[in-house]
Amino acid sequence: MALDDLRTKEFRVVGTRPIRPDGIDKVTGRAKFGADVTASGMLHGAILRSPHPHARILSIDVSRAIAEPAVKAVVTRADFAGNLEGEDWNVLENIMAGERALYDGHAIAAVAATSALSARDALKLIDVTYEKLPFVTDVDEAIRPGAPVIREGAADESVPEGLHPNIVRYHENGHGDVEKGFAEADLVIERSFVTEATHQGYIEPHACLAQLGPDGKGELWCCTQGHFAAARICAKLVGIDASQLRVTPSEIGGGFGGKTTVFIEPVALALSRKANRPVKIVMSRSEVFRATGPTSSASMNVKIGMRKNGDITAAEGEFRLQGGAFPNAPMEFAAMCAFAPYDLEHVRSRGWDILCNRPKQAAYRAPGSPMGAFAVESVIDELCNRLKLDPIEVRLRNAVKEGARAAFGPRFQRIGLIETLEQAKAHPHYMAELKPGQGRGVSCGFWFNHSGETSVSLALSYDGTVSLSVGTPDIGGSRASMCQMAAEELGIPYENVRTTIADTGSLGYNDISHGSRVTYASGLATIRAAQDTIRKLCARAAARWEIDEEAVVWEDGHARPAGPNAGEFEPLSLAAIAADMGETGGPIAGHFEITPNGAGVSFATHIVDAEVDRETGAAKVVRYTVVQDAGKAIHPSYVEGQYQGGAVQGIGWALNEEYVYGDDGCLQNAGFLDYRMPVASDLPFIDTVIVEVPNPGHPYGVRGVGETSICPPLAAIANAVSNAADVRMTHLPMSPPRLLKAIQEKELG
Amino acid sequence: MVDVVLWSSLRRFADDKTSVEVDADTVGGILSGLIHLHPALKPHIERGVSVSVDGTIIASGRNEPVAHDSEVVLLQRIKGG
Amino acid sequence: MIHVKMKVNGDPTEFLCDPRETMLDALRDRLNLTGAKEGCGTGDCGACSILLDGNVVCSCLVLAAEGQDREIETVEGMAAGEDLHPLQRKFLEHAALQCGVCTPGILVAAKALLERVPDPTESEIRYWLAGNLCRCTGYDKIVHAVADAAIEMRST
Repeated sequence: MALDDLRTKEFRVVGTRPIRPDGIDKVTGRAKFGADVTASGMLHGAILRSPHPHARILSIDVSRAIAEPAVKAVVTRADFAGNLEGEDWNVLENIMAGERALYDGHAIAAVAATSALSARDALKLIDVTYEKLPFVTDVDEAIRPGAPVIREGAADESVPEGLHPNIVRYHENGHGDVEKGFAEADLVIERSFVTEATHQGYIEPHACLAQLGPDGKGELWCCTQGHFAAARICAKLVGIDASQLRVTPSEIGGGFGGKTTVFIEPVALALSRKANRPVKIVMSRSEVFRATGPTSSASMNVKIGMRKNGDITAAEGEFRLQGGAFPNAPMEFAAMCAFAPYDLEHVRSRGWDILCNRPKQAAYRAPGSPMGAFAVESVIDELCNRLKLDPIEVRLRNAVKEGARAAFGPRFQRIGLIETLEQAKAHPHYMAELKPGQGRGVSCGFWFNHSGETSVSLALSYDGTVSLSVGTPDIGGSRASMCQMAAEELGIPYENVRTTIADTGSLGYNDISHGSRVTYASGLATIRAAQDTIRKLCARAAARWEIDEEAVVWEDGHARPAGPNAGEFEPLSLAAIAADMGETGGPIAGHFEITPNGAGVSFATHIVDAEVDRETGAAKVVRYTVVQDAGKAIHPSYVEGQYQGGAVQGIGWALNEEYVYGDDGCLQNAGFLDYRMPVASDLPFIDTVIVEVPNPGHPYGVRGVGETSICPPLAAIANAVSNAADVRMTHLPMSPPRLLKAIQEKELG
Repeated sequence: MVDVVLWSSLRRFADDKTSVEVDADTVGGILSGLIHLHPALKPHIERGVSVSVDGTIIASGRNEPVAHDSEVVLLQRIKGG
Repeated sequence: MIHVKMKVNGDPTEFLCDPRETMLDALRDRLNLTGAKEGCGTGDCGACSILLDGNVVCSCLVLAAEGQDREIETVEGMAAGEDLHPLQRKFLEHAALQCGVCTPGILVAAKALLERVPDPTESEIRYWLAGNLCRCTGYDKIVHAVADAAIEMRST
């Protein structure tokens, strides 16, 4: 699946900035998000949650609740499938507790009642007897001797013997001999780092409307990044066949990885089956914080050796991530991505996956990579300062390029890291003078990008317009880029294509909108489906002209004779062929199904200026520039939007956002007031530079852009703040109390 | 034979080898071959791995061809957020 | 149940509601105006912003019963027939939305700003919109879109 040769020519639609096709719906309030639909006879569901961080559930008495006339169904764990294993079991255990409540907010039971208010009232009538158990919520505490064991025997074979039972997975990669490398360095710096857990912070809480009949046939409407995956897991959890559950994705009010799994959907289905009526569940914001996917918190050590000329001689990192009371914290991605930007002879990364009494972590934009980059890029910054070297020059000296061996193993194909560094170096931001009290930080970042199962279909209408069906929910304007790619390939106007996100009954299986895969994979499949359509259009033209199919070419939206030998015929437009398709062989549609393998990895370089108030410890980002390789920007506005959004989520993570757990093991700040996400007045404009080093694995050169943008910010901001405050900040977020304490400790010596 | 590089924490399940020679011409063949030669690798591979073939990261495809001089590296299963 | 009569987007409306019900719930569940969204229910995110007698409020913090004899404007009332409000057009031109769930609240809040301050500075736009969370865009294109809409509205 190579970069198409014909794409050396100028693009006509790709690279322009048309209005998104779902735009008017979204500015007029018409767009239907998860909570915006109703059904006749609909009930409202509500979920009872554990007030304890760790407790044995001795009994659940629902008799008082079910006696209420408004209550039509109550479910507990007994109402879900009992034969699950592995990650399926983990998901079930997370959405409805079994024998134990494993974190503050863990679901215990659920009711369906005739109104949302009566459902909430009924929760108070469920009597649960708990036996409180010892708990641990901190990643370092969780592996100290004597720390309460969250789950006996949960460790898989990767974990060396003799470690604490809360360590459930282990990963190590690298090459060379790091001790030899450190011996060759002029300066070696080793530091420890901590990042606190953050939430994806999508503005739309999880919401769904479910209908499941006694015949095992169901309908589910929900806000999800992946409705096919939701159908698969929901069907497993409630014990029905996946194809009998049709899932229709609503418009989705943000996901960032947090809507790649299910929480309320199987509960609504189970309630609906029991009541035999449609059930709607909408989470409150505090439920979103307490029970849905925060990212991992991390504790890390990084050691890097450098020569006086800036060459890195060796690098070593240890990454301990907790993912709540369940395995699969993305420690291997922290370990694999952290050193990926650098061409290293000696490198070793180790990762530990650790259980805590916290909610099950869910993916958050490049899971694992931002934390690892924070640790590594902070040490590089300190090395540059101590050796009086320019941080971009040092990164250029050590940057990976095509053919270099990645720290995680393989050799890179064509990549654009050096291009991002060169553009950053030449950017006016990097030359600008800093004001007193300000500091500048630079960081690189890396993410793999994903491919995944992809199925697309493209159908012609009689009037020559095109209906494109894709199976990847549109989380940030992807319908526009799909329309652009289809229009580009078919040679028709952008406006002549309408893209629909098809439900699970209408298209082959599609992987989730995650891993920055949508523009890459659904885009690739759209282009190939358009080419499939073009073959069929050319065949109709050939039949009409009574010449060989091979003698027809498709150019600028028309079938044309391939050359003088093919004969002289008036070109036939797409519309002309579509107009009589019923009589020339039947409907014309193209399709394409694939799990592509060419998702190009991507790199970014960010530059940040920060200002620190030494009296209060408040840090503010005053200038920010993102330089990132997009491969090819299909709709540059939405690429810029991904860069800006990633940078600002990084600003929140670096400066404010954190899950705060009390001594009682409960989340202390389960609301937007106390979980402080960036608001408009906190921020400067975010400058963007789109670098385009084509990905050889996509016909137009597209790389994913959504996730790489959050990899450099934590480090770039920490470096800027550390340089402004003249104290190395190693614990995120750098909230005012934390920064003030660091400044005061340094001043007191 | 294809030389398959293991990530370093897998080596203790493959007699401490950095890489394993496998007779295979597809990604799936490589994975089956690894399990055949070193059964202790089975649970790790069955939980899902990705394979880099000459720098192309095959996230999950088993039918992808592999040449005998291909550079093949086993990776943890790639996913995203 | 309480009987409430109010005007919504210029139209006389009446409904019955529970005394505990919020204006947001009444708009969405009783009047089927689902443009305003519940992002938090605690007045922190602004996704439920509406105009109550011309002032921006979080409709999740207003009781439905408080609507008696008041005038409500929601995002559904911004466009005049086929003609989008300049803010709506500029949001589309500037790609000032990604997921779009915060957009109704931000449009309503921005409209109230431009009615009071026709020529806002960047800082005025940022502080006025500080009560409206957006997690996708980093606010960059939103601020540009509001500033651009202000220019257009001043020239017409």
